[in-house]
Amino acid sequence: MLHIVNKSPFQTSTLQSCLDHALAGDAILLIEDGVYAAIRGSAVAAAVTEAKGKVTFHALGPDIAARGIAPEKLIDGVTSVDYGGFVDLVAEHQTNQAWL
Amino acid sequence: MKFSILVNEGPYTHQSSDSALQFARAVLDKGHEIYRVFFYHDGVNNGTRLTVPPVDDRNLQKRWSELAAAHALDLVVCIAAAQRRGVLDEGEAKRHGKGEGAANIAPGFRISGLGQLIEMGIQSDRLVVFGD
Repeated sequence: MLHIVNKSPFQTSTLQSCLDHALAGDAILLIEDGVYAAIRGSAVAAAVTEAKGKVTFHALGPDIAARGIAPEKLIDGVTSVDYGGFVDLVAEHQTNQAWL
Repeated sequence: MKFSILVNEGPYTHQSSDSALQFARAVLDKGHEIYRVFFYHDGVNNGTRLTVPPVDDRNLQKRWSELAAAHALDLVVCIAAAQRRGVLDEGEAKRHGKGEGAANIAPGFRISGLGQLIEMGIQSDRLVVFGD
């Protein structure tokens, strides 16, 4: 399953809910303010790093750039994708869930 | 692959309408098909032709209408959500006695019911939700 998280982890607990429910082999895509979870050294970075063992992390590049986050600030292993990559992720996974 | 998109947030609220629009463009660029875009809750506000954003800002309603025209997209606005928020087509404006010229549904959008949301879920390979 693909999980899509669009809110900052410093604003809502949707990322934590998502991490609690995600199964091994799932993918998580951070979009909009959700990309703040991908920044290295933040209060949620440890949770993201730990979850990387069972899920893959992706973040929407245009939303990262729009927030002035430099690519080198991203947690290692978080893949930046464009909108085409977003479409591919949706196509590759039979189901997707937007954590609104 | 057949995609459908659900938009639950109005334009200029946070980012969902922008995200959904850019996702829709990317779906088409990739050669996939968009079966339907359904606008629900505050998302119906994307479908009023009366929006007049500042000239240096993007006009989301116009962008949706243009995308629909270019790719023959089916943009459906939920009738109950639309009536609550004053988004009416000619038939609904007349039925509710709102007077001549009150219809404000934008070009390319049509008003219908929740059955259209259920149906697109059944008919599409993928359904992606954008909202608040």
